[in-house]
Amino acid sequence: MIRFEDVHKTFGTNAVLRGLNLQVDKGTSMVIIGGSGTGKSVALKCVLGLVTPDSGKIYVDGQDTATGGDREAFLARFGMLFQGAALFDSLPVWQNVAFRLLRGALKRPKAEAREIAVEKLRRVGLGPEVADRFPAELSGGMQKRVGLARAIAADPEVIFFDEPTTGLDPIMSGVINDLIREIVVEMGATAVTITHDMSSVRAIADNVAMLHAGKIRWTGPVAQMDASGDPYLDQFIHGRAEGPIDPVR
Amino acid sequence: MSLIAHLLAGIGRRVLAALATIGRVVLFAARAFSHMVRPPFYGRELLNALLHIGWLSLPVVGMTAIFTGAALALQIYAGGSRFDAQAVVPQIVALGIVRELGPVLVGLMIAARVTSSIAAEIATMKVTEQIDALTTLSTHPMKYLVAPRVLAALICVPVLVGLGDIIGILGGYTVAVNNLDFNGAVYIRNTVDFLEPLDVISSLVKGAVFGVIAATMGCYAGMQSGRGAQGVGRATKSSVEAASVLILAANVALTGAFFSL
Repeated sequence: MIRFEDVHKTFGTNAVLRGLNLQVDKGTSMVIIGGSGTGKSVALKCVLGLVTPDSGKIYVDGQDTATGGDREAFLARFGMLFQGAALFDSLPVWQNVAFRLLRGALKRPKAEAREIAVEKLRRVGLGPEVADRFPAELSGGMQKRVGLARAIAADPEVIFFDEPTTGLDPIMSGVINDLIREIVVEMGATAVTITHDMSSVRAIADNVAMLHAGKIRWTGPVAQMDASGDPYLDQFIHGRAEGPIDPVR
Repeated sequence: MSLIAHLLAGIGRRVLAALATIGRVVLFAARAFSHMVRPPFYGRELLNALLHIGWLSLPVVGMTAIFTGAALALQIYAGGSRFDAQAVVPQIVALGIVRELGPVLVGLMIAARVTSSIAAEIATMKVTEQIDALTTLSTHPMKYLVAPRVLAALICVPVLVGLGDIIGILGGYTVAVNNLDFNGAVYIRNTVDFLEPLDVISSLVKGAVFGVIAATMGCYAGMQSGRGAQGVGRATKSSVEAASVLILAANVALTGAFFSL
């Protein structure tokens, strides 16, 4: 479904991706782990065209993402939950959720778009009374859930989750993890999640990939993660200060 | 010798960087205009921009114009009395306001009020990944954020300048009639008779150009913003500085183009 082939990206003198190779199969949930600044978010942004790789190829369903085509139709296949939710401050919650349904190729009548937004909010555990509030009036956990509702509003084939539980308390993290898992299973979507939270990894992932020094250090089913024998992965999943990964980067 | 070469190289680098920035701003403005004429169009965004740039700027524009017109009348009266030319107050106030002070002061007020707010808003959106979110929601940020604001400024600012001209002249009229013993009807007739169509046209054209500069610089600085609160602050500051300087420079060029013929 999504295939990275030798993707490189450098910002100034900082080589973030140094030959990323990774495959995410259709209908599976891949979780990418790795230290801060190792290029996890950059990898996702490369798929969506928010960042242009210096070299290498990214294929979605066998099609090279760098070759023109209908960009709007391409992006309509994706939903993304951003780390800080990235809700539009100037719009009420329901218009954030229904953003894609109020304009462009997927445009629906306003009443129908609102109905879908309220249903998606219900799906992530938020009542209809939230629909007319503004993002600034919501807690961090509620904003994340609104972001999640927005990501799934147009029933995308692929959903990206960028650190979905960062900044949330453990209970809210558990709620978000369960929601992500349910949504992925029910919608049959392909999911790629970036996280540092190992409880999220175990709750969400079918497969795990560890990104280190701009390359995939280890990838495999989540069930094999603990017995990988890779010292880098072991250090990361057990959160040890001692090991091959230098804690000061 | 090496010190001189080092100095020249430093100057050269700065000049090249400045030229590159000018090139980027021009390309940015061209892209904004190209998005204005290609669908999809975001009518609601345009209406919001018209409200914020036009309607909500009226109080500050009106106050600036009325005080400037009033002060100008007092100055011209005081200066004119030195060579017994107090009677030209209506004409000089009208000429000064319509040709020069109206468009420039409205332009600078728009740079202070609108450019800063656009830059801060878009920069905050960039820092909080809202611009990336727009893109992932199949919405082009240039089309959704930039084109409506630049178009709204192109429409609104000439109107604001026209209103500012009228209010400025009224400021002069109020002072002249109430404090300087001018006859009201004569003041108005002298003003209307003296102004030529080119004076008004130049004022409105300046308004349109200044509006485009103000909105474009706000949008450009916002989209180029660095990370964090510091990035937002820097974008806001640099947008107002650049817009103000460009408005004053454009004013010289436009004045030359209209009146040196």
